[in-house]
Amino acid sequence: MSNPQQLRYSKEHEWLSEPVDGVATIGITAHAADALGDVVFVQLPDTGDTVSAGDTCGELESTKSVSDLYSPVSGEVTEVNQDVVDDPALVNSAPFEGGWLFKVRLDPSGAPDDLLSADEYTAFAAGN
Amino acid sequence: MTEPSAPPRRTALDEVHRSLGATMTDFAGWEMPLRYASEREEHQAVRTRAGLFDLSHMGEFTVSGPAACDLLDYAFIGNLGSLRTGRARYTMLCDERGGILDDLIVYRTAEDRYLVVANAANAETVLAALRERATGFDAQVADDRDTYALLAVQGPAAAGILARLTDAELEGLRYYAGLPGTVAGAEALIARTGYTGEDGFELFLAPAGAPAVWQALLDAGAEDGLTPCGLSCRDTLRLEAGMPLYGHELSTALTPFDAGLGRTVKFEKPGNGGAFVGREALQEAAARAESAPPRVLVGLVAQGRRVPRAGYAVVSSDGTVLGEVTSGAPSPTLGKPIAMAYVDAEHAVPGTEGVAVDIRGSREPYDVVALPFYKRER
Repeated sequence: MSNPQQLRYSKEHEWLSEPVDGVATIGITAHAADALGDVVFVQLPDTGDTVSAGDTCGELESTKSVSDLYSPVSGEVTEVNQDVVDDPALVNSAPFEGGWLFKVRLDPSGAPDDLLSADEYTAFAAGN
Repeated sequence: MTEPSAPPRRTALDEVHRSLGATMTDFAGWEMPLRYASEREEHQAVRTRAGLFDLSHMGEFTVSGPAACDLLDYAFIGNLGSLRTGRARYTMLCDERGGILDDLIVYRTAEDRYLVVANAANAETVLAALRERATGFDAQVADDRDTYALLAVQGPAAAGILARLTDAELEGLRYYAGLPGTVAGAEALIARTGYTGEDGFELFLAPAGAPAVWQALLDAGAEDGLTPCGLSCRDTLRLEAGMPLYGHELSTALTPFDAGLGRTVKFEKPGNGGAFVGREALQEAAARAESAPPRVLVGLVAQGRRVPRAGYAVVSSDGTVLGEVTSGAPSPTLGKPIAMAYVDAEHAVPGTEGVAVDIRGSREPYDVVALPFYKRER
């Protein structure tokens, strides 16, 4: 699956949408979902939580392993995807769409400037 | 032992796996398919239809000669002399202290000939022990790891699929039996064994012919939904079936009595005056198990959704450590996380209240159940 051009990416394999009214949507990439295998449990931050860029804020559990979920940005969680909590397989089947994880109102400082473009992330993931 | 720097070995089916888009993993020095697509779908295929596995990483050794039977009775804890030709038995290799070096399956392929199948990770250990223990016996130990590829067809549709490709009488082939035959024209040892909890077959055959047999099986099984399956689902299948895995439920730190497998130790063997490696230590272990019950291997079923992993502590409601998880995974069949764990005897009774697993600092409630989690209908 190719990485959508309109998103930005972290080296922890999260994607971040272009903020709308200061709120960005966050998920994990298809590359990350493939590496995990079938995701069976997702633990997300709570709405209202404050998350910091680069810090863990949840867990993704697959058949073989558990992985920490990192927030690529700092801010306040405004919404979590209850559909993906109820049906974690959405992370595998639609990582860039129905499998989104949570939304964050970005701090005034905005997104970190070390996020990758789609092409940069594709090259980064290929080297992993 | 495989040197860490040595490149991983590839099976005769390596190109097939890659062409199927498998996710490969390094397993005991071999590059093996972990999964082809969804490991849960592969798991369900084996439970409901049939799955096809490449198990060529397993270690095969042939023990032959007039004293082959005596050697195996001396080297292993089971009574292999009582094994009839054409049958197979689960047994173990122990050290002098009774610690488990490997668990394995022995096929008696002729009166004076046995095929020993060891775990890939322990194959060197098993070969070295067999050769060392063979001193003084009129028997030969041959390293046949390059002689065989190993395919497995497992699941309720396995017998019907294999029957289309073989001249062997599968109906008369019982569980834990094996017979020579041809599969899609290739000579094979056809064994009714497996590690999935389903009916199924393991096929030992020459590596050069393995890709053609693999394809013939997929073609013959297409109408039944035969699915290529990787090691990931093999692990969840064996876990549901309550089957131990070396390195998880079994180790050199445990005797068969500690692992709840004391029944595999046969002190009454006709050969060698009953002598075998580990005998004295195992007699002590048997007596100890009577007087002071060791931790018991139990099943745990999650009330919640977080998955226990090997090494996590089993705890009581006040945090007292009761035992340790040896294997854990989300169970596709039960739809819940499950685990095998060694637990103090007083908390090992099915239905024991107040048992939890410490999952990264959070106490998650678990039900203690008898193994296995899953048993097929016969």
